[in-house]
Amino acid sequence: MNSTFLSFLTDNLETFFTYTGFANATWGHIIMLLVGLVFIYLAIAHEFEPMLLIPIGFGMLIGNIAFKDAGLQIGIYEEGSVLNILYQGVAQGWYPPLIFLGIGAMTDFSSLISNPKLMLIGAAAQFGIFGAYMLALLLDFEPNQAGAIGIIGGADGPTAIFLSAKLAPNLMGAIAISAYSYMALVPVIQPPIMRLLTTKKERVIRMKAPRAISETEKIIFPIVGLLLTCSLVPSGLPLLGMLFFGNLLKESGVTRRLAETARGPLIDTITILLGVTVGASTQATEFLTIDSLKIFALGAISFIIATTAGILFVKLFNLFLKDGNKINPLIGNSGVSAVPDSARISQVVGLEYDPSNYLLMHAMGPNVAGVIGSAVAAGILLGFLA
Amino acid sequence: MIKQMITRKLGLAIAMAFVLLINVDAQRATSLRFNEILVINEDNFVDDYGLRNSWIEIFNSSPGTVDMGSCFLTNDKSNPMMYRIPKGDVMTKIKPRQHSLFWADNNPSHGTFHLNFYLNPTESNYLALFDSDGRTLIDEIIIPAGQKADVSYGLVEDGWNQSRLDEELHLNASYKRGNKLWINYDKVTPNTNNVTLDTNEKVENFKENDAKGFGMTLTAMAVVFSALVLLFLIFKGIGKTAVSLSRRRAMKSQGVSHSQAQGMANESGEIFAAIAMAIHEITEDLHDDESSVLTIQNVARNYSPWSSKIYSLRELPKR
Repeated sequence: MNSTFLSFLTDNLETFFTYTGFANATWGHIIMLLVGLVFIYLAIAHEFEPMLLIPIGFGMLIGNIAFKDAGLQIGIYEEGSVLNILYQGVAQGWYPPLIFLGIGAMTDFSSLISNPKLMLIGAAAQFGIFGAYMLALLLDFEPNQAGAIGIIGGADGPTAIFLSAKLAPNLMGAIAISAYSYMALVPVIQPPIMRLLTTKKERVIRMKAPRAISETEKIIFPIVGLLLTCSLVPSGLPLLGMLFFGNLLKESGVTRRLAETARGPLIDTITILLGVTVGASTQATEFLTIDSLKIFALGAISFIIATTAGILFVKLFNLFLKDGNKINPLIGNSGVSAVPDSARISQVVGLEYDPSNYLLMHAMGPNVAGVIGSAVAAGILLGFLA
Repeated sequence: MIKQMITRKLGLAIAMAFVLLINVDAQRATSLRFNEILVINEDNFVDDYGLRNSWIEIFNSSPGTVDMGSCFLTNDKSNPMMYRIPKGDVMTKIKPRQHSLFWADNNPSHGTFHLNFYLNPTESNYLALFDSDGRTLIDEIIIPAGQKADVSYGLVEDGWNQSRLDEELHLNASYKRGNKLWINYDKVTPNTNNVTLDTNEKVENFKENDAKGFGMTLTAMAVVFSALVLLFLIFKGIGKTAVSLSRRRAMKSQGVSHSQAQGMANESGEIFAAIAMAIHEITEDLHDDESSVLTIQNVARNYSPWSSKIYSLRELPKR
């Protein structure tokens, strides 16, 4: 009796053990768990994009606890599981437009409106997207996959997720992680390029203080911006439509509550869901591939190209501008639309060479133009390749 | 006050009605199209009763679900209300860009999708779909005589009309499916798309013609620059107008002449900021030499405001 009962217990424990994460873990899972821990460390110890890296890093831990595939509906790729339901916002592409709504409601386009020529820097930085697209083609990716990889150079996480969900869903995890990782690493990637491509004289160029903007101009901007950009690239509507809508909520002055919800609780909720589900989508079995490594390499290159293009464009532009109207090329990097990090880098590097030259407000112009530019570029890629 | 409230509510009601009207229009049956028809069914698709008859496929070309209940199908121009599609059948709701199949077996007792007429295998057949009023024509088609057995007559692409085909032919010179809107299909596709693709044509096109990606880069960057250059030009114009308007308004309110204002405009904002700061300092009489001295030494006086209870209480700011 006793021995039967003991063997029953032992069998049960053995069966239980086969269901545990310890029994099912592979080297891949362990590597991904370590990557998740590194993300959390970087977010807490170095404050690299903590709002993103903590949800993504923790999502990686959630997604890489190994389990036996017993139809228990626990994995993110199992239809009907809780994680799978939350993941639909990523897979179907409706989290990114909601994030854009919040971004629109918190973005002040004043610096761009007061000095609209800065918009062109935001356009030039999009070379990062297409440079990476060409390189991805060289590495034998299909054009639709290359387009999805290229968008990493837009330095815009929601746009990258939105586009990759449509063009190359199987690469979305790697693309999203790559985009967010390099956005967090902007303070490491950009300054050396900025120093390399500028002279001491250029780094101390003082720009004219931006003029004051009227309320009417601020209200007109999202309306004209929407009509113009979306008429030109209708496939950018989900992102640009929500971006400009959010901005109108902010600037109209009569929808304060809606704007506050969009830039507060709504964007926070979506950021949590987006971050944790993107992180959880990096299950080792799906994520650890040679393609993922290539995507990471291409992502780094796309950021370098985007930063370089922005700075060189300013230098070129300066050839046509009168003295006194010249642009400090240190704001060229901020065309990379990692808002507001790349603008902050312009400010920090600028202050190193002239402690009284504040570039932040000027850099915010190309920075938000970069958001528009990358959404337009995503619309073009979607139109051409979907 | 009440009048204002009524006006506001009226405006809201009109706006809501407008939005609803647009929405209703988008969901109406007007987006239904005849998509594929098989006149002679000898060895082809069978119905729920295992019978072979002519079939008519209807396609919902809109992005919303359309209920075709109460619409009319006919093969007689003089009798638009020949067959009324029953209302209330859940199956008459066609999802976005989906299909529905009707059997022309002259046997409506077999169910909603069995019509009360046949298609003539030897002559041309007229088919029309009318809205629920029996007058508004949604779509019509004449199927030419001489249809072969088990070969269907269908749209070149689901839901297309002549203008969509013309547009495609205009934009895409290498469009491979010919220049006719209606074609014959040896491989029939009841209840599904007329054309299914093994590959993404757009992607294949790029692979064939732009393997290195230069074309994409040039085109896309040109579009990105165009969008932002247009925004730049418009906001440059708006900015100039705004500046001149605000200057004119300021001149008017302060009685400043145009030439004086021009002179002021040439000065930088920093000069104005410095002048404003100086005026502020004079008017507020701020100075660095304070009459009191802060110290950590014991003071001779017994009373000090620093130890007074009343000063440690929080007071609300005076208006």
